[in-house]
Amino acid sequence: MFDNLSERLSHVIKELRGQARLTEDNISAAMREVRMALLEADVALPVVQDFIEQVKQQSLGQQVKTSMTPGQVVIKYVHDELIRLMGESNVSLNLNTQPPAVILMAGLQGAGKTTTVAKLGRWLKQQKKSVMTASCDVYRPAAIEQLKVLCEENQLEFFASDNTQTPVDIAVAALQSARTQFMDVLIIDTAGRLHVDDDMMEEIRRLHAALDPSDTLFVVDSMLGQDAVNSASVFNAALPLTGVVLTKVDGDARGGAALSVRHVTGKPILFMGTGEKIDELIPFHPERIASRILGMGDMLSLIEELEQKTDIDKARTLAKKIKKGAGFSLVDFQDQLRQMRNMGGLGSIMDKLPGMQQLPAAAVNQVNDKDMIKLEAIIDSMTIKERKYPAVINGSCKKRIAAGSGTQIQDVNRLLKKFKQMQKMMKKLSKKSGMANMLRGLGGNLPTGFRP
Amino acid sequence: MFGLKKKDSPTAEKSLFDRLCRGLQKTRSGLFAGLDVLFRSSNKIDKSLLEDIETRLLMADLGVESTTNIINSLNGALKRNELNDMDQLMASLRKHMLEQLLPLQQSMELSSTAPKPFVILVVGVNGAGKTTTIGKLTHRYLKQGYKVILAAGDTFRAAAIEQIKVWGAKTNVPVIAQQSGSDAAAVIYDALQSARARGTDIVIADTAGRLHNQSHLMQELKKIRRTISKFDPDLAVEVLLVIDAGTGQNALTQARKFNELIGLTGIALTKLDGTAKGGIVFALANSLDIPIRFIGIGEQLDDLRPFNAEAFIDALLDAET
Repeated sequence: MFDNLSERLSHVIKELRGQARLTEDNISAAMREVRMALLEADVALPVVQDFIEQVKQQSLGQQVKTSMTPGQVVIKYVHDELIRLMGESNVSLNLNTQPPAVILMAGLQGAGKTTTVAKLGRWLKQQKKSVMTASCDVYRPAAIEQLKVLCEENQLEFFASDNTQTPVDIAVAALQSARTQFMDVLIIDTAGRLHVDDDMMEEIRRLHAALDPSDTLFVVDSMLGQDAVNSASVFNAALPLTGVVLTKVDGDARGGAALSVRHVTGKPILFMGTGEKIDELIPFHPERIASRILGMGDMLSLIEELEQKTDIDKARTLAKKIKKGAGFSLVDFQDQLRQMRNMGGLGSIMDKLPGMQQLPAAAVNQVNDKDMIKLEAIIDSMTIKERKYPAVINGSCKKRIAAGSGTQIQDVNRLLKKFKQMQKMMKKLSKKSGMANMLRGLGGNLPTGFRP
Repeated sequence: MFGLKKKDSPTAEKSLFDRLCRGLQKTRSGLFAGLDVLFRSSNKIDKSLLEDIETRLLMADLGVESTTNIINSLNGALKRNELNDMDQLMASLRKHMLEQLLPLQQSMELSSTAPKPFVILVVGVNGAGKTTTIGKLTHRYLKQGYKVILAAGDTFRAAAIEQIKVWGAKTNVPVIAQQSGSDAAAVIYDALQSARARGTDIVIADTAGRLHNQSHLMQELKKIRRTISKFDPDLAVEVLLVIDAGTGQNALTQARKFNELIGLTGIALTKLDGTAKGGIVFALANSLDIPIRFIGIGEQLDDLRPFNAEAFIDALLDAET
């Protein structure tokens, strides 16, 4: 996400880097580029104008410190202003009310409300809350069924309703049921509605009145264009919104809608949806996104994801095994490959690394996950014995493995060679018990090194 | 032959325009409202008026490139003293916009030579309105007397199959489906077989919403497209990309990526009944050559209309007042 905006801004700022000092002239040239980039990134025009004005004033009014180059100064102000625009810090939900805390979701059709309800439910469950969900979408075919299926898949409490009931009746009954079952949180899904549809807007106002929610979240598609300001301001006027959820952030939209919606509603962006899987909802961190826009990478998210998705138990047993000198087998190698894929593959990891925006697109395209999948397939085609003791693999085994995995014998050979190299490396590590040290070293260095 | 080519009767034309106007009502009061007031205050067409137009075009999602194109041509006309009053300015604007959009106005036609069934493969990002568009398309072709079958190709999203089944029941059309999580290409292949056996005219295939930068999902789509050709290489296939009119410049990337991979033959622009102006079609017209087949202007079954460049621009500019 925001890739192209990053490209554009880093291009502009690269030009500025050669300049000795900031003048009215070169600043306005840079600002013109920034303006165009923001417009192409779908940031609403009034927001863009406001943004440019702020940055311009700040960067002209300030003295350039001797320790910084003029380019760094501009980056700093653009960066600061982006953070300011998206809200300074990560705010969370207002769950400190008498339970059940009610969360009401609202938004246009196709914004991603129902998916977000399930993701949010799972997120809250992870925080040790008991969660119930209910759907008041009696209009879209199978909308209630959709939430029901999602809840079943993720063991969330679901309040059954059907489309012969009125939305307000469903809401009231769900609230009653959540109360008697001592739920901590009740999340109410609603039908998507256009902000110009007065009847539907009246309906959601009535829902709000009936539920008195502690949080009213506006769900917004990060791909939206200039019209995002219109819908956001109408929803904001009709309902006392408490926050915004930004969805489909895993796309390559430049995400200008995020800036616009934040600007017109003044409400914080609480979460962002980063994929179709249920766990792909993360708290919104403006400083990270701002860094990403400026091509500084998103190291912090990457580290967090690593922690969340790697299987700590497995990692520990592997470490123990290697320490004991028991050796690194193909089974372990396969585990590593799987975990890598859990993280969304190499592409997703690269996306978050700093400096990637400056790489030529061709180089980035060369990184694909195909090779990794191939490796996995080859290992899958081996017998258990072969995986444990690769030494037993002879010519005819290789032939069988290649046929089974749809690869060539050369591929099998390559894998075995790679594996041997890895094994050698692991042996070295275990001798000095070096792995633990190495990891500690990495852990200490990363955060400070990558902070902008 | 398809009913689409036929000129609508004058009353239908009128009501279509009315509907469009109603659908684009906010546009009418938005895009160039108050421009004549601005004009009257200075009583001449100058830089600041053009700047104002530029702003409005940008805010309608036309994008930087298309907007610059239009403003440049207006500037040219201004230098040649062709723009003296509001009417001339508006006429010139309309002309430039029409020039850009007219090539995209090509209706979807059933081939008379290709073997049956005609296949409409509906693709798009999540939440664009694919399934709803399928419901409306089904209604449209049933009204024209065609036999239609639906294929529940979204096997990924929860309750997507149920959703299309509800549409099938509503329009009384068979829906070919397997259970959730099954292979979408197989479902569509089944539907094609079934259509051939029943002598059905049209198969409309749903697919799961997918973001165009998720390569594994796009590969799946490629497989679906391959499967259709494998069933019968001579089939006439319409690959219809559904785009939400509210989408910003990313719509261009969407169209490009889908087109590169499976070759789009048409676009449907949905949700034009909000305040979104759908200016993105100008950006699409500028860089891609894919016809806009339909526009969605409401939630009713017959709120899917063939794209008419003139009506679209008139509604945008509100030529009647």
